[in-house]
Amino acid sequence: MRTIAIMNRVLKELFRDKRTLALMFLAPILIMLLMSVIFNTNSTTDVSVGTVSVTHKLNQEMADLKHVDVQAYETEHAAAKALEDDKIDAMIRQHGNTYSLTYANTDSTKTAAVKMAFKNALTTTSTDQLKAALKQSTKTTLKLQAQLQAMQKQQAVAGAATAATGNAAAAKATSATNATKQPSPQAPKITNHYVYGDQDTGYFAKMLPILMGFFVFFFVFLISGMALLKERTTGTLERLLATPVRRSSIVYGYMLSYGILAVIQTIVIVLVTVWLLGIEVVGSMWSVVVMNLILALVALAFGILLSTFANSEFQMMQFIPLVVVPQIFFSGIIPLDSMAAWVKDISYIVPLKYSGDAVNDIIMKGSSLMDEGGNILVLLGFLLVLTVLNIVGLRRYRKV
Amino acid sequence: MARAIIDLTHLAKKFGQQMVLKDINLTVNQGEIVGLIGPSGAGKSTVIKVALGMEVASGGSAKVFDTTMPNRLLLGRMGYMAQTDALYTDLTGQENLKFFGEMKGIKSNDMAGEVKHAAAVVDLTADLGKRVAGYSGGMMRRLSLAIALLGSPELLILDEPTVGIDPALRRQIWTELKRLRDQGRSILITTHVMDEAELTDRVALLLDGEVMAFDQPTVLKQQYEVDTIEDVFLKAEGVE
Repeated sequence: MRTIAIMNRVLKELFRDKRTLALMFLAPILIMLLMSVIFNTNSTTDVSVGTVSVTHKLNQEMADLKHVDVQAYETEHAAAKALEDDKIDAMIRQHGNTYSLTYANTDSTKTAAVKMAFKNALTTTSTDQLKAALKQSTKTTLKLQAQLQAMQKQQAVAGAATAATGNAAAAKATSATNATKQPSPQAPKITNHYVYGDQDTGYFAKMLPILMGFFVFFFVFLISGMALLKERTTGTLERLLATPVRRSSIVYGYMLSYGILAVIQTIVIVLVTVWLLGIEVVGSMWSVVVMNLILALVALAFGILLSTFANSEFQMMQFIPLVVVPQIFFSGIIPLDSMAAWVKDISYIVPLKYSGDAVNDIIMKGSSLMDEGGNILVLLGFLLVLTVLNIVGLRRYRKV
Repeated sequence: MARAIIDLTHLAKKFGQQMVLKDINLTVNQGEIVGLIGPSGAGKSTVIKVALGMEVASGGSAKVFDTTMPNRLLLGRMGYMAQTDALYTDLTGQENLKFFGEMKGIKSNDMAGEVKHAAAVVDLTADLGKRVAGYSGGMMRRLSLAIALLGSPELLILDEPTVGIDPALRRQIWTELKRLRDQGRSILITTHVMDEAELTDRVALLLDGEVMAFDQPTVLKQQYEVDTIEDVFLKAEGVE
């Protein structure tokens, strides 16, 4: 009962603080709109391409390019499996003169890199073919010239020429010219397929799930930490603890109220990204909300815990560069594959990594919550430890 | 001898190496107002914190309602008013009262009556609908006192309750405190205002973590051969 009363009170306070509320809901939207505009740069990334029944020459050309790794597959099925398992970033299938490209497209920079590599390789290949064709046509032309000369000689020998013969020769020459054109390749037909999104999917799409989690984490962390700090500095916490309320009720009351807030915030952010920015969510939106709710609770417990180490709002702000910002680096926005092993290890203690991974999978691959059980379990572990620490930590202010 | 509601015997409290309370012997009987006076840093707030169970005694014993503190459930029988106003300024006076009432465990049936009564005592009934942020300093103090009065607690612990309250209201509050005492409630009150100390039944002089004197104001005055409690205080402190 007291837990509910505390929740009601915290919510009432929150909804009356219009400015903070606006910050929580409008700031993420604004920043994401900005980022969607700004982040569409291409950087060098290593891509891996799977090919099915593609000419050896084209394979070779692509493999010769920097940052491209080519893997030839026997069957289309095997390549599709590899694509699904994230082993390759794109699959190229050749059927005569038709190329069918399928991109995983979870990282638009990689998609762009594959497109570029394929185009280059194809151009090189067709240039070689053209060269060969040109050689051939030059040979034919030489032959024709020889023939013409022979004919002219014949004419000279005959002395009298009929118009018909001349016409025939002209016709022969035309057909020969046509024949030289024959071996030159027709422009290859290329079709593009995307596993996730379409050709408009930008780098932003990859950042989005992490950003969403980041905003939830950041604002809940900051505002809940500040709220408890305020309770402490104004003396309301002491007064609260001078009543028979359980320490756990206070922590749970905060969790419930900020949980509700986080749900609303996540829904708003998801709706904005889906409708305003046109991002595709493959999985269930509710799964996204649930993941962010769990993250919000972790952020809340984290904020409350750290607020006990701060003596003022300003000191609370000092935790941002120490605790919040590093989370972004390890959350997966920057690929961790290329980092040193010890750096990777740090990422395991970053809550944002787990929610980022999970939300990424839900949005881009349509995973269900069941598939993300591991990530959820880790986050719940964080939550449990932090909550216990908070309840015990309140002993500092009341010894029972 | 009346029943002792608060019973502190040879109470000592250390914070790290610093000895804040050395040897405190203090009782608050049923139906009695006990004043606690002393200079800043004498340990008044620490005495209160131990009595509330916020801090644990390092030595001696601290009993409230015959139970060794800290004890969470006993807090429901006490009303506490801190030195700071400790109010939620984004909420209205009414909401503040209701919230703390819920924390104290007042039944929802009794809530409206309790809130109304507490507000009436401190003359805030007309302003209950306003947000606390718009209150004057005196109004906040009164609301803070009203919160302590919620639920008719058997024991009131008031830390500097009349700071920033104008004389007319201060008199009114003292009248209410005396009325509560006559109903059999016990009140422990700290104060800086020496003439307020005269209004208490017994007064304890706290100096350097020790109770220098503890008796009825008139007895103390005789003992120290002075006319006012203020002089008792100064003499005890050795300022003369």
